[in-house]
Amino acid sequence: MEKLVIAGREFGSRLFLGTGKFSSHTLMQQAIEASRTEMVTVAMKRIELENSNDDMLQHILRPDITLLPNTSGVRNAEEAVFAAQMAREAFGTPWLKLEIHPDPRYLLPDSVETLKATERLVKMGFVVLPYCQADPTLCKRLEEAGAAAVMPLGAPIGSNKGLRTRDFLGIIIEQAGVPVVVDAGIGAPSHAAEAMEMGASACLVNTAIAVAGDPVAMAEAFASAVEAGRMAYEAGLGTVAEHFEADASSPLTAFLDEE
Amino acid sequence: MFSDYLKDISWERTTEAIYSKTDADVRRALAAEHCTVDDFMALISPAAAPYLETMARLSRRYTEERFGRTISLFIPLYLTNSCTNSCVYCGFHISNPMKRTILTPEEIENEYRAIKRLGPFENLLLVTGENPALAGVDYIARALDLAKPYFSNLKIEIMPLKAEEYERLTHHGLNGVICFQETYNRARYNVYHPRGMKSRFEWRVDGFDRMGQAGVHSIGLGVLIGLEEWRTDVTMMARHLRYLQKHYWRTKYSVNFPRMRPAENEGFQPNVIMSDRELAQATFAMRIFDHDVDISYSTREPAAIRDHMATLGVTTMSAESKTDPGGYYSHPQALEQFHVSDERTAVEVERALKRLGREPVWKDWDASFDMMAPQHPAQP
Repeated sequence: MEKLVIAGREFGSRLFLGTGKFSSHTLMQQAIEASRTEMVTVAMKRIELENSNDDMLQHILRPDITLLPNTSGVRNAEEAVFAAQMAREAFGTPWLKLEIHPDPRYLLPDSVETLKATERLVKMGFVVLPYCQADPTLCKRLEEAGAAAVMPLGAPIGSNKGLRTRDFLGIIIEQAGVPVVVDAGIGAPSHAAEAMEMGASACLVNTAIAVAGDPVAMAEAFASAVEAGRMAYEAGLGTVAEHFEADASSPLTAFLDEE
Repeated sequence: MFSDYLKDISWERTTEAIYSKTDADVRRALAAEHCTVDDFMALISPAAAPYLETMARLSRRYTEERFGRTISLFIPLYLTNSCTNSCVYCGFHISNPMKRTILTPEEIENEYRAIKRLGPFENLLLVTGENPALAGVDYIARALDLAKPYFSNLKIEIMPLKAEEYERLTHHGLNGVICFQETYNRARYNVYHPRGMKSRFEWRVDGFDRMGQAGVHSIGLGVLIGLEEWRTDVTMMARHLRYLQKHYWRTKYSVNFPRMRPAENEGFQPNVIMSDRELAQATFAMRIFDHDVDISYSTREPAAIRDHMATLGVTTMSAESKTDPGGYYSHPQALEQFHVSDERTAVEVERALKRLGREPVWKDWDASFDMMAPQHPAQP
């Protein structure tokens, strides 16, 4: 399996984990381990920034894991920039998952503010991974603004509905010059495998693991699905054969046989 | 720049990869929602030959989805046959002892008026040999200025320029640039282009990046079929297209792959012959690979092929072209750059397209958009 590279850093796993909604920190830690992930996002609003021994953080930090603080909770670009600076100071990392969702119901990303914030944060030296709509034009604009990857949504966050934005994800993957991480909406390992088969660079999963009957087993299932999907993509998928039987007659190309 | 990217791509290995494509590779490519260059290689490989009818059907479907049943028509105007290059296959070769013409502003306007008498052309392509001293950027800017009252969409096919020169020309109404790399075979390129500015492969191939950086609306790529293995050259062009689309995604792209005819001019004979079937295969493959790219056929192709392909994947055509400077009015007898096969008038081409159920589109741009359009930020 090809290694994933974001902003010059290599990742052996193409599964990223979110850390919300787990019933305990211990369970979260076990799920992280079972998932074999190397990138974990954490909402800075959940962390006691003053306390370097924050309990949640203690269950996440490991040498092989890149911590990806996220700005969940901010409502516009200005707040995002402020939050990002706090995160950089508290966690000692310029990596940032930019999330701006002013709407508290569906947590849908604000495209205008996300683009504005990306432009500013890149200039400030952040490695910005914006959570965004599955909007191909927006993704190109974010890439131009210097985003290290784009993270389009598959379906509304937490909905577990799978790749409802499939057609647009396909266009984004085809056009992107930076890694495409499918974020939000992935509810089952088969959804993650599907995204990877399409050529997504990675998947970010949270709710589907956190609220599963057995989150640790589910984390392992996702790890396998992401790997299988990526391997299938790299191997080149076979096709449904029946569309392409040789034609008995050739009404469209018969003119080529004429002398 | 594309030349950096090209350094890691071997011509020989690409050729090998194309020829080792299998039936399964072709089927996979036919079914793909988004074709990769690898899929394209399968579609133009010998393994895809049995699928020509299937490819025609897909190509027609994708073309109609994106373009409807229309064919955009344009006309080229050669401003000069003066050229400092020595391309071995070209009639304008520097050591060809022929009379050289550089149209004067008065002659240029006469040509514009003569073109308008042929048909309601709005898409004009200005073509020159490469003579920066005598027909440089100032000369082109002047020709564009003069064209504005007559035409709404102006493209050029001239020597590669600097980014700032392209940008300057956009202020004179330039909408698009066409440039032929001719062949992407770096090792053999100078066999065909031994001297002159055109002998600089990298300068030419990176010209497309400069067009993109300058915010040119429409970029046309081209390979000349007859120099090197055509399958490899169109694959390289497909790669180049994908590269450009990723970097300069606001730009519209077109592709050209005209066939050089045997005995087209006295001297050089093509090394490679592409059959009609192969031309059709390459055209269908390009459409299946990219549903949106403009596929252009010039009058180098015979009328019968152009008519059939107009319903199967081609979206742009020239008509009633003269490939000698001043050929429409001022100097009807000058030496052509290449011989046209389809000698029908624009009116005859239009009639044929209508008979085939295709709407000839003369105008699909308005010059007023050029004034409204904000300058795009330079892209990396």
